[in-house]
Amino acid sequence: MSNLSYIKNLTKLGPEEIQVIVQKIHDLAKDGEYVIMEFCGTHTREISRYGIRSILPKNLELKSGPGCPVCVTADEDIDYLIGIAEKYDLGVITFGDLVNVPGSNGSLNHLRAKGKEVKVVYSPLESIRIALQNPQKNYVMVGIGFETTVPSLAYTIKKIVELGVENLFYLSLHKLTPPAMKALLDAGEIKLDGIIGPGHVSTIVGIKRWQEYLKNYKIPFVIMGFEPEDVLYGIYFLMKKIKNGEYGVFSTYTRSVSSEGNVFAQNLVDEVFDVSDSVWRGLGVIPKSGLELKPKYSHLDARKKFALDEPVKVRKTACRCGEVLRGVLKPYECPLFAKVCTPTNPKGPCMVSSEGTCAAYYLYENS
Amino acid sequence: MCLGVPMKIIQKKDNETAVVDMGKSKLEICTALTPEAKEGDYVIVHAGFSISILSEKEAEFLLESIRREVQINE
Ligand code: SF4
Repeated sequence: MSNLSYIKNLTKLGPEEIQVIVQKIHDLAKDGEYVIMEFCGTHTREISRYGIRSILPKNLELKSGPGCPVCVTADEDIDYLIGIAEKYDLGVITFGDLVNVPGSNGSLNHLRAKGKEVKVVYSPLESIRIALQNPQKNYVMVGIGFETTVPSLAYTIKKIVELGVENLFYLSLHKLTPPAMKALLDAGEIKLDGIIGPGHVSTIVGIKRWQEYLKNYKIPFVIMGFEPEDVLYGIYFLMKKIKNGEYGVFSTYTRSVSSEGNVFAQNLVDEVFDVSDSVWRGLGVIPKSGLELKPKYSHLDARKKFALDEPVKVRKTACRCGEVLRGVLKPYECPLFAKVCTPTNPKGPCMVSSEGTCAAYYLYENS
Repeated sequence: MCLGVPMKIIQKKDNETAVVDMGKSKLEICTALTPEAKEGDYVIVHAGFSISILSEKEAEFLLESIRREVQINE
């Protein structure tokens, strides 16, 4: 669906109209050098997929940020997950992207090759069905994802308790995006003129949450949808804000994002999770950027239930995903990119998911 | 992973379950996160859950805004 016309009677923008928008971006950018960052991995993928970078002016650089949940998952968390699955013979239930992410001692796919059960689900509710069908086996559901995904998992956790499922545990690897955005800006490693705000995270958290986090930063932040029209118009809108010296949080994805966000979903998350510190690949520990189960649900918490004999020792690799996630390195500047590291043989998480920056560049911009 | 796809609710099965149209096929989703979603609504579906109800008015407004901008000669 490459237009906004999923709602009937709305016609898609014509090529001439698109051309005018692109020309207007060129006009706005003509007298300077501009750097904007898309935070969200889905934007990264769509920008690459639609070739948007190639039609933008050379002096307007689009950088990709840390907005791919699989990519920012720390090695130690993957190692811990594989470690407990092996030690306690747990079945692992997860979303697809995580399966190929290499840890220090292989990926979940390697674990599967060793005969362990690794199930990929589309909806987290499927984890309940799997656990109920195999009551003799213990399972761990991997809770991965940003604010977009957390409410569905909070709902699932409440269902696990409601149904009295006793063989399904939960490993929270969730990350919260506004604290990461703030940490990235505070680090000051890269100079940014504007930010493309994530559309679906914002659908849940609302415009206000971003306003609280970004109130002390003089930078325009425009939340956009994901159709090519959304992105092009959004970039034009953002460039206008940059040129006018306007800063703050704006949204052109108003058909899905409101000021308050999805309050029902937020309340559900607050019922199940407490905010905690969390380790991000490339960004280190970011205070209050993760989620852990509330004490009421701690009997489901895999970290409390399953301990390893020794703490995991992460093996350092040549992958430079951390720098890619901070926007300081382009994927093709990594010596492994497209040579030894490809989507079929990823050396780091940024090459695994199609939302990972390295994979998006490899699949759509590797010329 | 934050991929969300707009889909139309073609049938509400109960308070928390609905069937959406995916073009060639149909999918059952959980609507617990958007309790007010009804048949005919377009919702963003993520990981088997609807996470928002799309506003038709706002979608039209955006297209109009884009068209207005296109017509302005600066
Ligand atoms: S190309 Fe591969 S090895 Fe290099 S940073 Fe990206 S994921 Fe890591």
